[in-house]
Amino acid sequence: MGRGNRPVVKGDKAIRFWDIAVVIGVFAVVMQIVPLLVWAERRISALIQDRVGPNRVGPFGLFQPLADAIKLLFKEDVIPDGADRFLFVLAPALAFFPAAMTATVIPFGAPMLIGGEMLQLQVCRGNVGMMLFMALTGLSVYGIAFGGWASNNKYAMLGSLRASAQVLSYEIAMGIALVSVFMTSQSVDLNTIVADQTGTWMGFVPKWNVLKQPLAFVIFFIAAFAETNRLPFDLAECEAELVGGYHTEYSSMKFSLFFLAEYAAMFSSCCMITTLFLGGWSFPGMPAGETGKLFSLLTVAVFFTKVAVLLFFFIVVRWTLPRFRFDQLMHLGWKTLIPLGLANIAATGVAAQL
Amino acid sequence: MSHAPAHEPVTAPGESFWEKLYLPEIARGLGHTLKHMVNSLFGKSFTIQYPEQKPGLKPGYRGIIRLTKDSQNREKCVACFLCATACPAECIRIVAEPAPGEWKDRDKRPATFELNFLRCINCGFCEEACPCEAIELVEEYFPVGTTRQEFIWDKAKLLSIDGKRSKPMEPAKR
Repeated sequence: MGRGNRPVVKGDKAIRFWDIAVVIGVFAVVMQIVPLLVWAERRISALIQDRVGPNRVGPFGLFQPLADAIKLLFKEDVIPDGADRFLFVLAPALAFFPAAMTATVIPFGAPMLIGGEMLQLQVCRGNVGMMLFMALTGLSVYGIAFGGWASNNKYAMLGSLRASAQVLSYEIAMGIALVSVFMTSQSVDLNTIVADQTGTWMGFVPKWNVLKQPLAFVIFFIAAFAETNRLPFDLAECEAELVGGYHTEYSSMKFSLFFLAEYAAMFSSCCMITTLFLGGWSFPGMPAGETGKLFSLLTVAVFFTKVAVLLFFFIVVRWTLPRFRFDQLMHLGWKTLIPLGLANIAATGVAAQL
Repeated sequence: MSHAPAHEPVTAPGESFWEKLYLPEIARGLGHTLKHMVNSLFGKSFTIQYPEQKPGLKPGYRGIIRLTKDSQNREKCVACFLCATACPAECIRIVAEPAPGEWKDRDKRPATFELNFLRCINCGFCEEACPCEAIELVEEYFPVGTTRQEFIWDKAKLLSIDGKRSKPMEPAKR
């Protein structure tokens, strides 16, 4: 683990107490955000459908996910006959691992001055954060593909086939949308991208990439929906056609690990969109070069506010839109998003030369 | 065979350029769901929080069954067994005994009168069969319990229920 942008030198006491605290903190946030999201999803969907939602367990029903988890723990853990046992057990872990790992590249707040040294609120520092993010989102399809394949079930198999095709297709659109962001920010380092988005036009309009690159934002956002297998692109699950898709045969904690993975991926994606397009932890009117602890915590709060808005949007979209047909999905990915993304790159290049 | 009238080319719903852009239509849909969300946030929900809130029962709702008392606070039942005979679910069990000597208006009274609410189907035949309006249905919910024994109500309990008697619905006009 490197410190800031300095290379790790042998003998350098590279790991400090606060670095470990950041690692644990990020992991705790990812793990704790999932039950909160499940609760939020159930309450918001209920409100949208003129219902009330879970409101009995704890204040506002906040302990409902806990009750669900206990219920799932006590369910029988079935491994179907003819399943590939090794892959069947491995798949849920493979689905959850990349979803939780993507949060490591996110800078959650402004660097903090602790004990005379700068502490970056980011687990995986250095300038390859974006590449790691792309690699890990690409990995996330393995959990789903293996899960469906190992189940020895035609519906699960079809679900994992769809998921593979979908994630691979939208990965391209996502990458292309990213390229234009890199072009405006002149960097692939997430800290630089955030720093590039600080400041305002005319004193109040923040210089966020969503305003510099609106088309890239839309493409990335749509691709993020597809990458996380959320409605309107949840063809891998697709209750209407495939029973439960890739997790049809899963039960008990293995199923809940898939469930966790979906929400962790949603959280990571929203963090990424915030960092790339909504200015990350920066906010308009922010004093430059401030390194106080309180200021740093304030930027963390700003970051999570932006993420919360995005997560809310993810949830509302799920309960608004119907599912795409598979050919429509492929049409949108290959014939619309990718050409648009390429055109956007060309336009960005031309605009940069003007 | 009629000739189709000449008309302007029609754009089917969902086929216009604006709708094919998806995004404006998605925004419209999101507006709709958000409207519902805000409405239900401010209490416009169909849900009734059941044990605390109860929906108003419609007149004629056939709820639980009770035994009635006369003006001298005696049960009206004369243990004629007509209700037990009429009952299709056989949920009424009566044991008769001679009425006390000073009760001049009847010969018998029920020593035990048990009604099993696990068997009862709320058909109201007992009420129809009863010659002295001793048994009737009330606009109250069915009991909730955790053991089977709790659902078998004895005479004292059946006599103690108050509530509005369910009025038979008016017959449909023909």
